[in-house]
Amino acid sequence: MEQRTAEPVATPDVQPAAWRTQSATILFVIMVVGLIVAPFFTYPLFLMQAMCFALFACAFNLLIGYVGLLSFGHALYFGWASYLAAHAAKIWHFSPELAILTGTATAAVLGLLAGALAIRRQGIYFAMITLALAQMMFFFALQAKFTGGEDGIQAVPRGFLFGLIDLRNEMAMYVVVLVIFLAGFLFIYRIIHSPFGEVLKAIRENEQRAISLGYKTDRYKLVAFVLSATLAGAAGATKAIVLQLASLTDVNWPMSGEVVLMNLVGGMGTIFGPVVGSFVILLMQYKLSIVGEWVLVIQGVIFVACVLLFRRGIIGELANKLRIKL
Amino acid sequence: MFEIFGIPSNALFGQLLIGLINGSFYALLSLGLAVIFGMLNIINFSHGAQYMLGAFVAYLLLQYIGLGYWPALIVAPIIVGITGMIIERTMLQWLYKLDHLYGLLLTFGVALIFEGVTRNYFGSAGLPYVLPDSLRGGQNLGFMFLPNYRAWVIVASLTVCFGTWFVIERTRLGAYLRAATENPALVRAFGINVPRMITLTYGFGVALAAFAGVMAAPIYNVSPQMGSELIIVVFAVVVIGGMGSILGAIVTGFGLGGGEGLTKVFFPEASNTVIFVIMAIVLLVRPAGLFGRRA
Repeated sequence: MEQRTAEPVATPDVQPAAWRTQSATILFVIMVVGLIVAPFFTYPLFLMQAMCFALFACAFNLLIGYVGLLSFGHALYFGWASYLAAHAAKIWHFSPELAILTGTATAAVLGLLAGALAIRRQGIYFAMITLALAQMMFFFALQAKFTGGEDGIQAVPRGFLFGLIDLRNEMAMYVVVLVIFLAGFLFIYRIIHSPFGEVLKAIRENEQRAISLGYKTDRYKLVAFVLSATLAGAAGATKAIVLQLASLTDVNWPMSGEVVLMNLVGGMGTIFGPVVGSFVILLMQYKLSIVGEWVLVIQGVIFVACVLLFRRGIIGELANKLRIKL
Repeated sequence: MFEIFGIPSNALFGQLLIGLINGSFYALLSLGLAVIFGMLNIINFSHGAQYMLGAFVAYLLLQYIGLGYWPALIVAPIIVGITGMIIERTMLQWLYKLDHLYGLLLTFGVALIFEGVTRNYFGSAGLPYVLPDSLRGGQNLGFMFLPNYRAWVIVASLTVCFGTWFVIERTRLGAYLRAATENPALVRAFGINVPRMITLTYGFGVALAAFAGVMAAPIYNVSPQMGSELIIVVFAVVVIGGMGSILGAIVTGFGLGGGEGLTKVFFPEASNTVIFVIMAIVLLVRPAGLFGRRA
């Protein structure tokens, strides 16, 4: 979105320092090491939740940051995946990995259906369509029997991974979530840096030109949409197993807004931005839980402030200052 | 009393009436969205919150200074319209050169602020707004009972909608407005103060939402979340109708409201979702919307 107006990164006339060219790798290593040692210093449950949201935010960023599509209904995939995973684990007695796969597959199917409809319109309409479709599925979730309505699906068993490892052990669960998060993160990184990802960026910059170059942009957009929905679903399904809960909050529109906010704060179109953004927002929610409903106001203020003053987000600003790609 | 498809006519027309009332709010809100989008190139996400503010301002006027329904119908939209103009001057005007999406995100933030603040002070439960005496009671039409207030809401919103259509399509002011939508630079060159026109347009669009809010106050309870629930449906209405045509927005709004009311009679489980389903069908059949031009 911003890219068209942003000034091109200046090419340094001397050989760039190694830390500049390798900045993404360095940051990735820091992130992994940080996530490995973090549970010894803070609540693993918080970190697991944050990683689920980070994956959710990264999945969302794949669309907004690299295809320029603003989906305002990503709660749909997150929430429904979480319902299906919870239902599979609790009622069908699936093992956790199968429950997560069930949820993820559900999100993929929903993403295909919603995406096929939404890409028929561009720009601002796209955002409104995705929001409306998500709201429709929210009402289904409200009325359907299996979702438990206002109660949600509670006391979802974590179960035994591959029938062997007891996930009630907090550390075992933590490792599983870390692996899922990192796998999703690297998968997105791979997508962005593949030839397919280059076409996505071309569509973001100038869809008409991409069409005239012979790319069937609708197909690329649809595939990107399904990938994004699927990864959002993986995040939601994992969250359902970790928190042992799937509820209406996960499918409702404020959740869609929250993932936009995480991206905005962290930096849309940067690889690490959504991760940083989701940790910041979740931390804020934990710290501010005493102020109750004011959280909504604070989120609104952050939205306004970010759009007006801080459109690159934390990582975007950092990358811009240091003239590196993150 | 008689029956249609096994449904008492009273229930059928009663629901149709409620549907048309909703439809008049859809029409007023989507009209405001379309007018704002035309001038500002921004989808005003806070439209629902401003509708809610209209209802709240009317409620507060009644509670604290005893200003009744009729004055509130004028005063509340003006107050909310002025807050809208302040928002436009202080925030929105910096976004016109950027991607449309930033306007959506900013107004989404504004909506959260409004909803959060009202929730903090008034709670999530609805507050009742007492109907003015002059609009109590109703008429028995034989096939149904028509409450006076509901009849008034439909007549008033139709009047406002067509008034807006008239001003935009048939007056000199409207011609300036349409010209500025097409080519603001050229209109400025003719000596018309386009930035001020943009501010006033935003204020007017927002005031329309607040007007709908005041009219909704006696029917629904005044509650902080009344707007966010509505605005998403209105987005679907806008997708169905397209934002290119003012008459299109009015017709789509009323039509979908009526359709929703009928669904409540024949298939109540789907009444919440029917508009979204219609949106999906329209996207499949006519991607540009019923009245839209291909973007």
